[in-house]
Amino acid sequence: MHPILILVFQRIALGLLLLFAASVLIFAGTMILPGDVAQSILGQSATPEALANMRAALGLNEPPVTRYLDWIGGVLQGDLGRALTNNQDIATAMGRRLGNTMFLAFWAAIIAVPLAIFLGLLAVRYRDRWPDRLISGATLASISIPEFLVGYLLVYFVAVQLGWFSSVAMINDSMSLGAKLNAIALPVAVLVVVVLAHMMRMTRAAILNVMQSAYIETAELKGLSGFNVIFRHAFPNAIAPIVNVVMLNLAYLVVGVVVVEVVFVYPGMGQYLVDHVSKRDVPVVQACGLVFAAVYIGLNMVADIVAILSNPRLRHPK
Amino acid sequence: MSKTTDQNHIDYLKVRAGMGRISRREFMGRMGALGVSAAVAGLFYAEAVQAAGPVKGGTLRMGVSGGESTNSLDPALAASPVPYNVLNQFGETLVNVDENGELEMRLAESVEASADAKTWMFKIRSGVEFHNGQTLTAQDVMRTMERHSNDDSQSGALGIMRGISGMRVENDMFIVELETANADLPFLLGDYHLMIQPDGGFDNPAAGIGTGPYMVESEEPGVRYLFKRNPNYWDDSRAHVDEVEILSINDTTARMSALQSGQVQIVNRVDPKVAALLDRAPGLSVKSVGGPGHYVFIMHCDTEPFLNNDLRLALKYAIDREDMLDKVLRGYGTVGNDMPVNASYPLFDETIPQREYDPEKAAEHYAKSGHDGSPIILRVSDVAFPGAVEAAQLFQQTAQAAGIPLELQREPGDGYWSEVWNVQPFCASYWGGRPVQDQMYSTAYLSTADWNDTRFKREDFDAMLLAARGELDQDKRKAMYREMGMMVRDEGGLICPMFNDFVEGVSDRVQGWVADPTGELMSGTASHRVWLTD
Repeated sequence: MHPILILVFQRIALGLLLLFAASVLIFAGTMILPGDVAQSILGQSATPEALANMRAALGLNEPPVTRYLDWIGGVLQGDLGRALTNNQDIATAMGRRLGNTMFLAFWAAIIAVPLAIFLGLLAVRYRDRWPDRLISGATLASISIPEFLVGYLLVYFVAVQLGWFSSVAMINDSMSLGAKLNAIALPVAVLVVVVLAHMMRMTRAAILNVMQSAYIETAELKGLSGFNVIFRHAFPNAIAPIVNVVMLNLAYLVVGVVVVEVVFVYPGMGQYLVDHVSKRDVPVVQACGLVFAAVYIGLNMVADIVAILSNPRLRHPK
Repeated sequence: MSKTTDQNHIDYLKVRAGMGRISRREFMGRMGALGVSAAVAGLFYAEAVQAAGPVKGGTLRMGVSGGESTNSLDPALAASPVPYNVLNQFGETLVNVDENGELEMRLAESVEASADAKTWMFKIRSGVEFHNGQTLTAQDVMRTMERHSNDDSQSGALGIMRGISGMRVENDMFIVELETANADLPFLLGDYHLMIQPDGGFDNPAAGIGTGPYMVESEEPGVRYLFKRNPNYWDDSRAHVDEVEILSINDTTARMSALQSGQVQIVNRVDPKVAALLDRAPGLSVKSVGGPGHYVFIMHCDTEPFLNNDLRLALKYAIDREDMLDKVLRGYGTVGNDMPVNASYPLFDETIPQREYDPEKAAEHYAKSGHDGSPIILRVSDVAFPGAVEAAQLFQQTAQAAGIPLELQREPGDGYWSEVWNVQPFCASYWGGRPVQDQMYSTAYLSTADWNDTRFKREDFDAMLLAARGELDQDKRKAMYREMGMMVRDEGGLICPMFNDFVEGVSDRVQGWVADPTGELMSGTASHRVWLTD
């Protein structure tokens, strides 16, 4: 078998093991938190009687190990179970939220990734001149401002004062694609600002690193234009670190945007997870944890594979 | 133009506005052209539209804080503002408590009590249909009450159903038998958990089927709920808009900007810190109404050092209520008097003297208590009530001035209600109100109450509470409640610095708003009673 296929299989097996470990950790973590789901649902108005009834109905009196085994048995058969709090089917409810998260992440990524790489190349081409300084300065500023502040500024000026886009990015199935895109314009803008800087600076640093090599000098001496040298000769050799940072940022766009979701009232996975953690709804927290861990593991695997494919020495090992 | 033609023109415009033929913007513009100031024109417009009566149609959008993706449509499980408002769209109770604290008949047509106030008869309204086409019967009512009171009930209303010893149905009458007399029973059955469901909701509690003015069209917990007007709704005087949309917006800034940019017409829980600013924004106004909810610091009367009434009194005199109200609520509230009731309750005696901040008296009681001078630990968290940490810091300072050392202990918000409240001897907390004094006292001040979070256990108090409950002579009852209030105020473990207002933001497009002190967003009935203009 081709060594790369073997590597992919090894990675997938390792990923599954990691997922299992993550599910154990999450389960143990939610057990340590004070209070349980019955207490959280009934809140301040919990009477001992209602608490006892609810615990019995939800099966909370079973030992934790039994509950974990029940859960994992279901998952292995493709059944994520039902939420303890409102008895909704987890796969359906989470699927809708995951779809929304992916929708937002997709549009943010499709703008941010090419833009970041292009700006990185541009900064290298004009390094230490004003375009480089401007790009570096602007991205440094954007990475230093907390994302919720960027969000509130956009809401105040663009949504409230100018009225161009809506401040509430609540999308639902009955909306057309155009209406949805209009609704998510502001959160996408915030996410682009947040992830742009990181990727752009990594692109710039990785290419500058390669630019010191002797073959770049050769290319320049051949008489190639500045941009051509960077794009044809430097960029392919710098692709591994760039893909790595792109994947990290894509993972962030999927799993780390709860603050932006809250500011723009976007119905994504982040808020869904936070709500269920605070209610100790273990099956839902487990399911979300699995999805998030899978996204991280999957994207990192892609980054590794791309790094290998882009390097002939790794592609054809002796 | 002469004065009279101006007046005629103004009247003409008012009529047009009342008929909904011209928009507010156009009305204001034309009034301005006639030399009428904006403030007066705004008043004219509101008058004209009110006088003309409700206009049908439109979609009312409300941005409501306090919803989670874990919410269910099951009325038994509702505990936060979004489920509360959602229930009130599709469901209805037997009776309501209106904005004047009076009983209002909803699914019950009339209520009668036996002379001893132990048997209550509710005549169920005829010709009312559930959203699934079934006709409402007294049987459905009884089954609903059973689901909230049977042995495996998980209902938030379980506590108030306890005194019921028997229920039965006779034709269209639903009859409740009580163990002890209770003159307030109908008020208790107006609790929002007790929405009448077909067959009590036993087969599918979260079906979202009720008799209310709006039917559930789409449900996304923690995100949004869409309702369509119930075409067979029995009460023609209500439900003016075609659609109601409830958006769950927990972030305060997001909620305020949604109102300002016109995406929603009503928001709840305006932060007192920004209320004055928001009120100045164009096209909307901030409405506030004093309610029965109160912010509290609670001491366990049966735990050292709070066992000593002098120490409790010292702490009560060591808190500056006016200052706290001013700084924490920016005046959107009223000062408390160390009892859990205020003028928003029926039968409240307003002549009860107000306790003032008095460091000298505090020091005197503190000395008398013989406390060893070690710091008294007050546990506090942001979730106790908005501004709880700031309030506790103010309390610490004013207590310091009286020579009482308070030590604040910050607790995590997560788990506060299970680990700190009703467990630790001294902490910050919040009480939402109850419709009547009896219910408030029975919930938290009766010796045997589960939520007796001050561990106030007095046999004479319990006896008086039961006596007042069965007393049908209102004057005698009022006197008894005064005495009970004084007992809690002077000997209880409650330090109540303030009652908070319901502060809400309402667009100028919304007409028919009523100040209702019994609950948030007109007690959850905003959408039943308001209408929209352009």
